[in-house]
Amino acid sequence: MPHDNHDHGALSPSGHPYRKDDDNELNYWQIMEIAVRELLIEKGHITAAQVHNQINAMDARSPANGAKVVAHAWSDPEFKSALLADAGQASRDMGFDIGPMHLIAIENTESVHNIVVCTLCSCYPRNLLGLPPDWYKSRAYRSRIVIEPRKVLSEFGVEIPQDVQIRVHDSTADMRYIILPAQPAQTMSLSEDELAYWVTRDSMIGVGLPQAPK
Amino acid sequence: MAEFFGKRWHDMGGDPAGDINHDQHDFALWEKRVDALMVLASSAGLMNTDSLRRVLEDMGEEAYETMTYYERWIASVSQNMVEAGAFSTAELAEKMAQVKTRGATYGDAT
Amino acid sequence: MKVRVHNHWPPGHIRTPSYLRGKIGEIEREIGLFNNPEQNAYRLLPQKRHLVRVRFTMEEIWGDAAETPDDVIEAEIYAHWLEPA
Repeated sequence: MPHDNHDHGALSPSGHPYRKDDDNELNYWQIMEIAVRELLIEKGHITAAQVHNQINAMDARSPANGAKVVAHAWSDPEFKSALLADAGQASRDMGFDIGPMHLIAIENTESVHNIVVCTLCSCYPRNLLGLPPDWYKSRAYRSRIVIEPRKVLSEFGVEIPQDVQIRVHDSTADMRYIILPAQPAQTMSLSEDELAYWVTRDSMIGVGLPQAPK
Repeated sequence: MAEFFGKRWHDMGGDPAGDINHDQHDFALWEKRVDALMVLASSAGLMNTDSLRRVLEDMGEEAYETMTYYERWIASVSQNMVEAGAFSTAELAEKMAQVKTRGATYGDAT
Repeated sequence: MKVRVHNHWPPGHIRTPSYLRGKIGEIEREIGLFNNPEQNAYRLLPQKRHLVRVRFTMEEIWGDAAETPDDVIEAEIYAHWLEPA
């Protein structure tokens, strides 16, 4: 495999620093990854094409997919009912390949604000939204969000009035969760495609609110 | 320190903790491959989400604090594969030794 | 229906968070049958267990330390960890 020639001081197309990659010194765990992968292929448990395809499938999953689901629910009351009844099926019906994931959509209303966490590990609706942000997997978020959710939300820049109940959903077992944020009043005349740009990743985790696109 | 009563280190809800770090990184190719191996080995019936978690938990708090996310994952996937009989520790050792001789970087060795 | 989470502390892989053990909550919905993680984690042939979502108030969980007593936490708990309360 050729070396990357990118400048490590620069940001990637997604605006994040590049992570140590192909041209850094080979470490023990990378050696283990190569060895495990090659052994599984040699012994016929998996194929190299499957690894390639799985990486592509995961790369194709992103918060944009969830944003389309949310925007569709905002635009179509019948779909919203279907989403709240069975979010997995509703997402599949929109054409998203979410694999075997069991998904529940939870609606934010004038009286309830919802937040998702996994205190035991890092469960996340990855088959719709892609891999979780690093902070979602952190000790700080996992520990604090269940005991001081309002303080944590304020650190994310979200203030929830005291007359709005907070519901924290701990993904302890087999279900994964996506928050259906409340549609901002000023977006009522927008098309579904335009609405999707208002739906941020954080608003689908519950630590953010929909925002006007930059 | 309080006497241990059975609450395990990974079971963090409500524990005292510091500020949330919002730094975000893109995933490297080797990390994406680890992720793919977990999914594919699970589809092949060699492991499952609970067995992945069980090894991560048994690796202990020090591993959580000192290893990166996908370093811990490949350690768990690897142990799961040995437990499932997909390959032996001897085969893994031989393959890792061989991989190490291929070059100085991940790109050279892969 | 009100339920209490068992106040058990076994070693090994379990999916009942410590902060909910011994606490009383209300069943929010029943989700269905899933593999028992306490067997699945060890690659033992898992039995199917009923999984339910239970809603707990912050006051029930954290007592006087609750940030806002009427806020709630909902979590999935396997039925073999629950008893009527």
